[in-house]
Amino acid sequence: MSVSQRRPLQRAGGAPVLDTSHGTVLYLESLNVSFDGFKAINDLSLYINDGELRCIIGPNGAGKTTLMDIVTGKTRPDSGQAWFGQTLDLLRLDEAAIATAGIGRKFQQPTVFTELTVAENLELAMAGPRRVWDVLRARLGGEQRDLIAQTLERIGLTPLRAQFASTLSHGQKQWLEIGMLLMQKPRLLLVDEPATGMTHQEMAQTGELLCSLAGEHSVVVVEHDMDFVRSLDSPVTVLHQGSVLAEGDLDSIQKDPLVRSVYLGE
Amino acid sequence: MNALRSALWSDRMGVVLLTVLLLAAVWVPIASLALPESHPLHLGSYSVSLWGKYLCFGLLALSLDIVWGKLGILSLGHGVFFGLGGYVMGMYLMRQVGDRGVYGDPILPDFMVFLNWDALPWFWYGLDHAWIAFPLILFVPGLLAFVFGSLAFRSRVTGVYLSIITQAMTYAVMLAFFRNELGFGGNNGLTGFFDILGFDLRADTTRAALFSVTALSLAGCYVLCRALFSTRLGLLCTAVRDAESRVRFLGYRTDRVKLSVFVLSAAIAGLAGALYVPQVGIINPGEFSPLNSIEIVIWVALGGRGTLWGAVVGAVVVNVAKTQFTGWLPEGWLFMLGGLFVLTTLYLPRGLAMLVPKRVSGS
Ligand SMILES: Nc1ncnc2c1ncn2[C@@H]1O[C@H](COP(=O)(O)OP(=O)(O)OP(=O)(O)O)[C@@H](O)[C@H]1O
Ligand SMILES: [Mg+2]
Repeated sequence: MSVSQRRPLQRAGGAPVLDTSHGTVLYLESLNVSFDGFKAINDLSLYINDGELRCIIGPNGAGKTTLMDIVTGKTRPDSGQAWFGQTLDLLRLDEAAIATAGIGRKFQQPTVFTELTVAENLELAMAGPRRVWDVLRARLGGEQRDLIAQTLERIGLTPLRAQFASTLSHGQKQWLEIGMLLMQKPRLLLVDEPATGMTHQEMAQTGELLCSLAGEHSVVVVEHDMDFVRSLDSPVTVLHQGSVLAEGDLDSIQKDPLVRSVYLGE
Repeated sequence: MNALRSALWSDRMGVVLLTVLLLAAVWVPIASLALPESHPLHLGSYSVSLWGKYLCFGLLALSLDIVWGKLGILSLGHGVFFGLGGYVMGMYLMRQVGDRGVYGDPILPDFMVFLNWDALPWFWYGLDHAWIAFPLILFVPGLLAFVFGSLAFRSRVTGVYLSIITQAMTYAVMLAFFRNELGFGGNNGLTGFFDILGFDLRADTTRAALFSVTALSLAGCYVLCRALFSTRLGLLCTAVRDAESRVRFLGYRTDRVKLSVFVLSAAIAGLAGALYVPQVGIINPGEFSPLNSIEIVIWVALGGRGTLWGAVVGAVVVNVAKTQFTGWLPEGWLFMLGGLFVLTTLYLPRGLAMLVPKRVSGS
């Protein structure tokens, strides 16, 4: 299904197609968010290119998760702009509309549906009907079963497909949530700390998976683990106190004296 | 269809319940009409209607379980939908009285004559026709649920706050219905019925038929609900119950999911109320009292919420106990009910359903 066929997109303020003709998929400009006077996001501007893999790093409380909250409609900024492509104003859409428009998210704290099986979690996430009546009548076709089977294979949970998600380990829940993200077929993936709770080997697999997604999708990864960030070999944005502190490849960032002083604690 | 079959296969207690209901629908008329009164298995018409009433409560409990157990919406006002369905049926039955009322007015029910009204209020029009009245049994409670749910779910009212406003809703409706001017018989409600669809309500045959219709309605609604939750929408409901905000990020409008099931639930509760009224012979504003709605919650909690069959069993068990208990200690019932509730919460947090081993229930 191409993005242009998705109906909710047309409902979203007369902007039927995701327009990335300028090569940018996400525009964030001069965003500000404060919680009870505390500025969590401070005049932040950030641009993500179509098909790009981008890492966002920053100390605890830098505002990385809050940034994702803004993009996915969970938090409304006090001021600023957030556009998906040239035409979709994210600040005018709610969570569901943003998700159907093509932005998928993995949460920092992995959130899967514990009373559903692994396969059922994927089925619910799968791109497809979203209206109540259509969901009621939805049946899994052969193609969709294959898609679920492929995804299960990809996230290594095939043997656990019929288990309740509540029985999964932290790392497995991370995988499942990544799998759900894949099933949504989003154009832009926001992945908040995917490697937490994973072994080194699992981390390497996750890194490979995320890299393989870039190109067809745009991927924004928030991560603390420097080895993991290095393995992604992608442009890095450093966030500090709600603003962008530096941007570039990991090596030049790590040499940047400003970054060293605030982030690496030197 | 296949999905339903496999859903029922894994819901063996549900199959047991359905079997019992179908057998009862056949057996009760036989025991009441065909067996001579001297026969030990004979059922008097009083017992028939009493059991019919229990099954109405079972249906009401089922309607609550699909929103509370399956979607996590704790409605403390489900009695309002039951009562509205009951009132629609009551209005229909009232219009069937015709000129047989105390005042003998061919059109106006007695209470209107008593209030010196000279014409039927507009909202009573057409209710003498079953084909208008019976659809309204589902439609009126459904409409209230739709309006209430649209406002509450869209503005994301959840948890305790939602429970409190459902309670306020039934209370407000109760106060309104107590007023004579509203045109529903004030605190006396509607009573003094003669017949339904031309059949005498006091006849044993009518009572047996009403029982069977109730049992079959309960069975039908059970299958309907089970089928509903065996679809992908059922998965979605579970997800909404356990992590509503997460579901939104998958692109689902959770308020609409909740609204749809809430409206269905209200319609089922309305049906329960409509079946209840001809069997007990009266409907009055007491049905809207907040306490009634809380009792429904206790039935479901006691039976085991989220299992569907548990809710039905809970309603029947508690009400059989209530009939017995109020027989010898009328004032004690509320204490008894409260005690039961505390005991189940402490020792059977998942209700009577917990007593059935998973191996047996299949779920
Ligand atoms: N809903 C909220 N209410 C109040 N303060 C909040 C809220 N959400 C975030 N904050 C604050 O905003 C700041 C930024 O939080 P955020 O979660 O975005 O940080 P982060 O960069 O994701 O950190 P971490 O690496 O620990 O996940 C923190 O100081 C946090 O306490
Ligand atoms: Mg964070």
